[in-house]
Amino acid sequence: MQVPRNWRLQKQRYSLIGEVCEHCGVKLFPPRDVCPECSHGAQTLYQFTGIGNIHSFSQVFDPPNGHIENTPFIVALIKLEEGPMITAQLTDIDIEQVEIGMEVEMVTRKMSDDGVEGMIVYGYKFRPPVVD
Amino acid sequence: MHTMTINNRETDLQVMKPDMPVGIVGYGAYIPRYRLPAEDVAKLWVGSSNRLPVSEKSVAGIDEDVVTMSIEAARNVLVRADVNPIDIGAVWVGSESHPYAVKPTSTVVAEAIGAVPNTQAADWQFACKAGTEAIQAAIGFVGSGMTKYALAIGMDTAQGRPGDALEYTAGAGGAAFLLGTSEESVATIGGSHSFVTDTPDFWRRQNARYPQHGKRFTGEPAYFRHIAECAEQLMNGLGTKPSDYTYAVFHQPNSKFPKQVAKILGFKTEQITTGLLASDVGNVYAGSALLGLTAVLDAAQPGDRILLVSFGSGAGSDAFDLSVNNRLSSCQNLAPTTKDYIERRTVIDYATYARYRGKLALK
Ligand SMILES: [Zn+2]
Repeated sequence: MQVPRNWRLQKQRYSLIGEVCEHCGVKLFPPRDVCPECSHGAQTLYQFTGIGNIHSFSQVFDPPNGHIENTPFIVALIKLEEGPMITAQLTDIDIEQVEIGMEVEMVTRKMSDDGVEGMIVYGYKFRPPVVD
Repeated sequence: MHTMTINNRETDLQVMKPDMPVGIVGYGAYIPRYRLPAEDVAKLWVGSSNRLPVSEKSVAGIDEDVVTMSIEAARNVLVRADVNPIDIGAVWVGSESHPYAVKPTSTVVAEAIGAVPNTQAADWQFACKAGTEAIQAAIGFVGSGMTKYALAIGMDTAQGRPGDALEYTAGAGGAAFLLGTSEESVATIGGSHSFVTDTPDFWRRQNARYPQHGKRFTGEPAYFRHIAECAEQLMNGLGTKPSDYTYAVFHQPNSKFPKQVAKILGFKTEQITTGLLASDVGNVYAGSALLGLTAVLDAAQPGDRILLVSFGSGAGSDAFDLSVNNRLSSCQNLAPTTKDYIERRTVIDYATYARYRGKLALK
């Protein structure tokens, strides 16, 4: 049963909310208790712009449970414009169109559902901007 | 037994207006990327493509639903409105395709845009006019001073039974509107009116997957009567006439009905063209008239006047009079326009459509 864990993570998952270190100014995603750069505690919540670039990508054919209808999907390593590198699915794009370095923006999409009777999990994915 | 007073009054109707003037502070459209040509549906079921009701319809991706689509439209609103989401006192989503039977769409949207936890949240339902009734309620909330801002969304991922006439047109999309004081708005609401009767033109029972329609009820006694009467009563109440409006937007279940009702009411083709999107996206149900409105707001200029009339089966219409303010010009291009979404277009075939919309059972 993943419901409590998903609930705790939903703020960062729905809208890419991380932290900014009050001491050294580094932007962190996901949020951490202690800044990995300067070891200070007590960070402030930070809303990322959701803009980034594709650093690398690959296609997943053999997914974990709950992703079956969505297979194959594309997973990319994305460098956010504020600095952090995150792993996320790409959406609204075909594999032939994906290029290293291309700009992408964050959207909130369905990640998985626990069958027709279970919870739907929403989270961030990335896609090419609607307007170039 | 309670005896009811039969209402014979046809004149002196009071147009709905709030105590304090209210307007649209921000607006945002959303249309998914995929398109299914009506020709493909026709080939499969009837073997001919004569007299199709639309050219193509928009189809939501496999990872999209009314929640995700509403979130994107709401984010577009916030970019244009430039307000702090914690000041939004109500988040309302009107749809007939809420992902859950029990568990609100609106709380997920409110969480994703940062409006939680001190806000009202609710899901609305009245077939294709679920979004416009949320706008009316938002006008009341803001106009009475109960909240500073209220967000009203009409969004659908409409479904037709495979082979049914609805399958040509049942599309996906919608729009969101933030209501606030008139002074900071891009368009001021001059007044609103609703016209409803118990008409059995279209329905879906709680556990049924696809809707049913009473074929002979869908045109004259439902769509045309409710839209025409509602628009006329609003214009009578405000003392306006069709030629006072730069633009008119009517609910668009296909591209023919809105043209006919415009003609009945005395509107010219050029008044309805900008907001008539059915041929490009199909019937997006609760999003239908509202997407027409975002297309008009994308193009409108200060001083323009807009008439908006929705229709929901069951049946009823909500009509609105809007006047465009100077602030519109500075925010039209801050977020993707309705046209940007229409032009972001990937054609799919019927097999892909069936997979995306869960028409194939995989388990
Ligand atoms: Zn630090």
